[in-house]
Amino acid sequence: MTDTTANEVHFEAAHGHEAHHDADHKPGFFTRWFMSTNHKDIGTLYLVFAIFAGIIGGSISGLMRWELAEPGLQHVQHWATLMNHFMGLPDATVDEGRNLWNALVSAHGLIMIFFLVMPAMIGGFGNWFVPILIGAPDMAFPRMNNISFWLLPASFVLLIGSMFVQGGYGLGAGTGWTLYAPLSTSSSHGPAVDMVIFSMHIAGASSILGAINFITTIFNMRAPGMTLHKMPLFAWSILVTAFLLLLSLPVLAGAITMLLTDRNFGTHFFDAAGGGDPILYQHLFWFFGHPEVYIMILPGFGMVSQVVATFSKKPVFGYLGMAYAMVAIGFIGFIVWAHHMFTVGLDVNTKMYFTAATMVIAVPTGIKVFSWIATMWGGSLTFSVPMLWALGFIFMFTIGGVTGVVLANGGLDVAFQDTYYVVAHFHYVLSLGAVFSLFAGFYYWFGKMTGKMYNEWLGRLHFWVFFIGVNILFFPMHFLGADGMQRRVPDYADAYGAWNHIASIGYVIMAIGMVFFFVNVIWSLIAGRKAPDNPWGEGATTLEWTLSSPPPYHQFETLPKVH
Amino acid sequence: MKTLIKFVAIAAAFGLAPVSAIAQEAAPAAAPAAAAAPAGNAAAAATDAAGDAAATAAPAPLAPTPGLGQPDGRLGIPDQVSTIGHEAAWLNDYVLLPVAVGISMLVMALLLWVVVRYRRRANPTPSRTSHNTVLEVIWTLVPVLILVVIAIPSIRLLARQYSPPDADLTVKVIGNQWFWEYEYPDNGVHVVSNMLEPEQAAERGEPRQLGVDNRMVVPAGAVVKVIVTSNDVIHSWGVPAFWVKIDAVPGRLNETWFKVDRPGVYYGVCYELCGPRHGYMPIAVEVVPPAQFAQWVASQGGHLAGQAPAEASASAAPSNSAESNPAATTAPDNVVEAAAEPATSNQGATR
Repeated sequence: MTDTTANEVHFEAAHGHEAHHDADHKPGFFTRWFMSTNHKDIGTLYLVFAIFAGIIGGSISGLMRWELAEPGLQHVQHWATLMNHFMGLPDATVDEGRNLWNALVSAHGLIMIFFLVMPAMIGGFGNWFVPILIGAPDMAFPRMNNISFWLLPASFVLLIGSMFVQGGYGLGAGTGWTLYAPLSTSSSHGPAVDMVIFSMHIAGASSILGAINFITTIFNMRAPGMTLHKMPLFAWSILVTAFLLLLSLPVLAGAITMLLTDRNFGTHFFDAAGGGDPILYQHLFWFFGHPEVYIMILPGFGMVSQVVATFSKKPVFGYLGMAYAMVAIGFIGFIVWAHHMFTVGLDVNTKMYFTAATMVIAVPTGIKVFSWIATMWGGSLTFSVPMLWALGFIFMFTIGGVTGVVLANGGLDVAFQDTYYVVAHFHYVLSLGAVFSLFAGFYYWFGKMTGKMYNEWLGRLHFWVFFIGVNILFFPMHFLGADGMQRRVPDYADAYGAWNHIASIGYVIMAIGMVFFFVNVIWSLIAGRKAPDNPWGEGATTLEWTLSSPPPYHQFETLPKVH
Repeated sequence: MKTLIKFVAIAAAFGLAPVSAIAQEAAPAAAPAAAAAPAGNAAAAATDAAGDAAATAAPAPLAPTPGLGQPDGRLGIPDQVSTIGHEAAWLNDYVLLPVAVGISMLVMALLLWVVVRYRRRANPTPSRTSHNTVLEVIWTLVPVLILVVIAIPSIRLLARQYSPPDADLTVKVIGNQWFWEYEYPDNGVHVVSNMLEPEQAAERGEPRQLGVDNRMVVPAGAVVKVIVTSNDVIHSWGVPAFWVKIDAVPGRLNETWFKVDRPGVYYGVCYELCGPRHGYMPIAVEVVPPAQFAQWVASQGGHLAGQAPAEASASAAPSNSAESNPAATTAPDNVVEAAAEPATSNQGATR
């Protein structure tokens, strides 16, 4: 039980990466970036893509907060007119403006989930560091890795393109990211929803291929001595996530294929008039959708665990408990989906079951939070930027977690379902949880990936401004939701005006924080000081810190041995 | 402070309503005809103006009360007026909120402690402790116990929500893009309810985005069974002050219920994305004293349950409250049940 984590002292091949320099020959630009089979290059592509998509998704939320800053409809009709003119159509009606709002809501959700968080966590950091952390030279299927990435831009083009074609009430698919039937079938004529469905098909295929690759890599390509129970927690988290992807995405693919045939080929899977059931779609969607929530947060758990251990100069507390808590969360994630559907008319026994099952998730999640704190307990803490984000993650994720326990109660959720309380909850676990862990990982590994250190001062500024901004942005949403404000509306009762205005101010503060981030990245890439192999000292014990910064093009041609 | 203002507002609302409406158990089963039991001065004026046709004149609509039944920018849940709402509010305010705040504070305190106590300057040499089985068992079992404590009242609340008393009134709610319809199958009343334009709302003293042209009217103290469906896409019928929300699904009849004793106007909205005007199909439920309800039913050309339409104006007795014995002139409760029960989807099975 004492040697469950892979510590530096265990590595034989920890020294002399100079030996690999003959393996550092890089192909030409086009071959390297467009036909890449290198896990680190593909990881970089994923990260660049995720940042690009994140800018678009984040800008869309800026438009949304701009409209919501005051009661009444101010901007959406004007924006819809701009889009109409761009497509050679006449001025937009007020309903086209409202449809644009729904299209923005849908696009924001889909972009942030499928094109920011998932590509950054799994495609980006997963590709970059899972092979290194387990001591493998590359992923198991390098060319499949390439197609996994290149499916994403195609999918993204389809999603963005859907904003510019008819969706029934105007340009774009105003269905929400959930694409509930019959809103997405009989009530959305035009190609927009079809394009979103194809976009999801392709993004799903990309993720399934990625998941197969990760599972194969982790099961077969670990360095000698790197048993599963010595594997760093980020690799564990990606392994669990890959299984969630592999098991849940085919269900989504089936559900949206049925949507597609309902829309175009006269089937009636979700049409009550033809003997189908709209609620069936919701069951299928959330059977995918709930594991999806954990797909977005589990890699974050892994990254935070490693960051906390590094900056506490201590091994992770309760390593096995941490690993199996993730397995438990993944498993329970598959059997709680209907808590997203507490108001659809479930019978009482079903609701009682899903209430109880959902609350159970709090137990492994609690184990993780307390283990992070215990990791720090007795440590020697330094507060570099990655550690700030990890600490912010733990606290913000806890707040998102406790409101999750409130929402788990089917009897209470009746009031909170589809209100801003839910919006506040999932932004605390995603925008303040998953995104905080992404920033923790980004700053933690920035020097390793680029060979340049980020600017510490700008990084701290980014953290504090962003932290304050998102809290001002999302905390008032608890109040709005408790008082009954519904989701997905561009206008609202005047009484909600004050908190909405404050939330919009929070958005501006958050956006200023992001400016520091981009300045930091650009400045560091151009003028950052050279990153040492291990900038974090004795606490950084995993294999990536035994390599140069950036690592050689092909690492571990002689496999490291882990004792 | 806010509570004080609310009390004043509520007291004002009560001032407009007859005492019998508040203490509904005292409501006589065989009340005088609607014309003789006006609710408040405004209603009385309306009835007088109508003269002989009293039974067909609509009672004046109640004015909404600030802070009751509509959002007011507060920090918590709305004041609850239904029986379920009181229980749910207790569970939220006295069980879950303290647990949520307590756990958040505990985690914050622990984080602050480790940040201060174990910063590098205060603790230059880290320990190598990475296991403590007792500790790990404790922080697994204590959350389990807390969850069990939460689960007991939570499951009880769920059971209550699904075991309504016998209904006194059934209303069928139909969602449409983008308005609500209210059918009173036992009263022969059908109401189409559209949102008021901002100018109209201002004229009528109704909140913007929440006011409707025709409200759903129900008697105070009555157990109201709500059967919800949709004509097109999925909508969701929710009234925050009642702790009620149920999806309107095409091809399904969903059921919920509420019993509200306090007369007033209670607003809600559509809670399921249903197209461009999703935010433009609000709900307004007007809870009125039973006598005024009878008058309203008559004004809509309807009749009280169990009476032939023609008799409506002759003896427009108020609908029963849950506690009162059904009189000969009013329908026994089971008539309502019989009319609605066969159509009530899967939820009926759990009763």
